[in-house]
Amino acid sequence: MDLVFKALADPSRRELLDRLHARNGQTLNELCEQMEMSRQAVTKHLALLEAANLVATQKEGREKHHFLNPVPINDIAERWIGKYERGRLKALSNLKKQLEREEP
Amino acid sequence: MSSQYVYVTYIRTTPQKLWDALTTPEFQKQYWFNMPQESEWKVGASWKMLFEDGRVADAGEVLEIDPPRRLVLKWRNEFRPELKAEGYSRCVYDLEQDGDIMRLTVTHSIDKDGAKFIEAVSGGWPRILSSLKTLLEGGAPLPRTHPGPAK
Repeated sequence: MDLVFKALADPSRRELLDRLHARNGQTLNELCEQMEMSRQAVTKHLALLEAANLVATQKEGREKHHFLNPVPINDIAERWIGKYERGRLKALSNLKKQLEREEP
Repeated sequence: MSSQYVYVTYIRTTPQKLWDALTTPEFQKQYWFNMPQESEWKVGASWKMLFEDGRVADAGEVLEIDPPRRLVLKWRNEFRPELKAEGYSRCVYDLEQDGDIMRLTVTHSIDKDGAKFIEAVSGGWPRILSSLKTLLEGGAPLPRTHPGPAK
């Protein structure tokens, strides 16, 4: 999960993910066209995103297509948001128990 | 042109356990919104995914099967007319072993640009795969925070 947070910490990498969200399956060339940075920089950012499993790639002939992989983001939601949700539900259920224990 | 999504997840498990999780109804129900799948799991066999009440949600056919490495399904939605009208999609499961970790890649595609069906399943897959990972690694699936596909 460290890799995912590190990958998401950079605005250029978040922009690459947004571009893939808008249009999935783009090639390096297509992604470079819209980014104001060198091809090497885009390649490096994509490698970090792929290492964090946020981007999945598939080769089709000589072309490599990039896909946004939302599975690790869902893991974060389950790990953090889900956990906090459970805490709140437990607090409510404790409150209910307390209140119902009171004799009228 | 076509619509395609690729999902990758890494799961600490064995090839056989992952394969069984993908092809055994009792296992499927635990991580897939309580929906079992019915098939004889051989090439040409019909394939169905059922709602809890037994109605058919999705249906198709086994196109390729190579346990415990690869499974390809022909897959069509059967309960939403606008999705059914888009015809059959293709769902490929690739299982690769990397030490004590399995890399599971799901590629879901259809020969249609901007397909609503692919949009519709794209919200479900990350939850299903996260739940599968949690189940295989810890023995218990994720709490059910999602109502499943809109009926």
